Amino acid sequence: MTDVVTIKEVVQECYDTKTFKFDWDAEARPGQFIMVWIPGVDEIPMSISGIDGREKSITVKAIGEATRRLHEFEAGDRLRIRGPYGNGYDLARGELLIIGGGVGTASIMPAVTASGADTIIAARTHNDIIMDGIAQRHAKNLWIATDDGSRGFHGNAVQLMKEKVAEKHYDCVVACGPEVMLWFTYQACKELGLDCQLSLERYMKCGAGVCGCCVMDDSRVCRDGPVFDNLKLAQLTEFGKSNRDACGRTVKFR
Amino acid sequence: MVSLKTDIGSISLERPGIVASGIMDETGPSMVRMIESGAGAVVTKSVGLEPNAGHANPCFTEVAGGYVNAMGLPNPGIELFGEEMAVAVPKGKIIGSIYGAGPDDFSTLAGRMEDYGACAVELNLSCPHAKGYGMEVGTDPAMVKAIVSAVKSTVSIPVWAKLTPNTHILGDIGMAVQDAGGDAVVAINTLKAMVICPEIGKPLLSNKFGGLSGSAVKPVGVRAVYDLRTVLDIPIVGVGGIETWRDAAEYIMAGASAFQIGSAIGTVGTDVFARINEGLSAFMEEYDYTSIADMTGVAHD
Repeated sequence: MTDVVTIKEVVQECYDTKTFKFDWDAEARPGQFIMVWIPGVDEIPMSISGIDGREKSITVKAIGEATRRLHEFEAGDRLRIRGPYGNGYDLARGELLIIGGGVGTASIMPAVTASGADTIIAARTHNDIIMDGIAQRHAKNLWIATDDGSRGFHGNAVQLMKEKVAEKHYDCVVACGPEVMLWFTYQACKELGLDCQLSLERYMKCGAGVCGCCVMDDSRVCRDGPVFDNLKLAQLTEFGKSNRDACGRTVKFR
Repeated sequence: MVSLKTDIGSISLERPGIVASGIMDETGPSMVRMIESGAGAVVTKSVGLEPNAGHANPCFTEVAGGYVNAMGLPNPGIELFGEEMAVAVPKGKIIGSIYGAGPDDFSTLAGRMEDYGACAVELNLSCPHAKGYGMEVGTDPAMVKAIVSAVKSTVSIPVWAKLTPNTHILGDIGMAVQDAGGDAVVAINTLKAMVICPEIGKPLLSNKFGGLSGSAVKPVGVRAVYDLRTVLDIPIVGVGGIETWRDAAEYIMAGASAFQIGSAIGTVGTDVFARINEGLSAFMEEYDYTSIADMTGVAHD
């Protein structure tokens, strides 16, 4: 559905990341996303970072022109959005360990609040950690990891995940973050014999499963994903390797 | 025994539903998926001489009865598209959609598509939102005739022309295709359209206008096919808003030998072809149509 919503509240999550809260009647599931129009600039996919009855939110890191412009929006401003799109996480997969890396934490947060499962939030430094307050209130256990050791575990999300999996039984890892983190999460889960559900990202135009611009192999990230489980990930030859640009040309990661 | 097999001139399809250009057809693997989902053939994304990113987002939105889009012909260019064709062609019938500014562009592109193994080319003479291309060349019968003639003299595979409904001389354009030796016409492309967001006070699409597709355009498409059938002898492929077997049957009865589906891959899902194949078979069984040819054009006096 397409809608115009009014921003109720803007929360500064860290130096470069803000959460925009608004009321929206659409039924949304953890892991789904919306397309957000920034007039005159772009329309971009954003994970739904909060689902509390009517109240929904997006959490935006200012990294490009569109996201920087979005940061200028204030309470009372209106956003034209469409969605929700995508499949979302399956939270009925036994004991979950949920991992958010960087601004990918936005995508997993509704899964944390809905399930209360053990959660890892990882980022480069303590300054980059977001949404730990709400995670603390809902997760059974919350662990923080930073690459530079400035807060919590000194190391990356996958290293901390391996420690936690050694201490306690989990059935499935749920994660969103940079693709390199997800690639190593997938490899680690494979070695440990753990199922996983990872939320991926690709350049999108329609968001609704029509145009095929965001396909990885034969799967539309916007409609068949963005969440793929380990069985599907095993078939995606482009996962961790390449994406496609706006022309549909393959671009290798390295 | 009912058969869904159909012939569009020299091309024989096991199933009458074809993936329309622009939907799940930018990459080899996605075209293979659609073949395996019950489509009789797949028309590729419209491919041009050079890579093209298309229009900036927003280039798509849902509206009542379908979608409005202004993708702007994104494609990796004919050179790189060979990699996608190499994946798709061994798995099924692939029709190469191409766009250009005039006869030379179209001829070059058609030749490459033939080399890549396309079973036919579909000339995009109808995209409503790409400056200098599509309907801007496809609403002039003389230009259409020149393009189709040039392509016909270049390739030996069948040449289809996809037409725009955004004209009052559809019959003349269809005749131009036929006179130039075109093997089939495909009708219709999207209807030129616009969406304005009142709260923002601006058109939504970055390109301002785009094309309306989906169930809202179906009666327009059925009428266009019906009109074309009254003036043309070459086969017609019907497209525009087909979501169910009933929609497909309307197009066939209006005069189409086959049909294409685009938007319904989004609104219904990738299983839309399988559903329609099943529904159409059951309908044909009950109403004693033994073949698609048997049903083609029955709505005419």
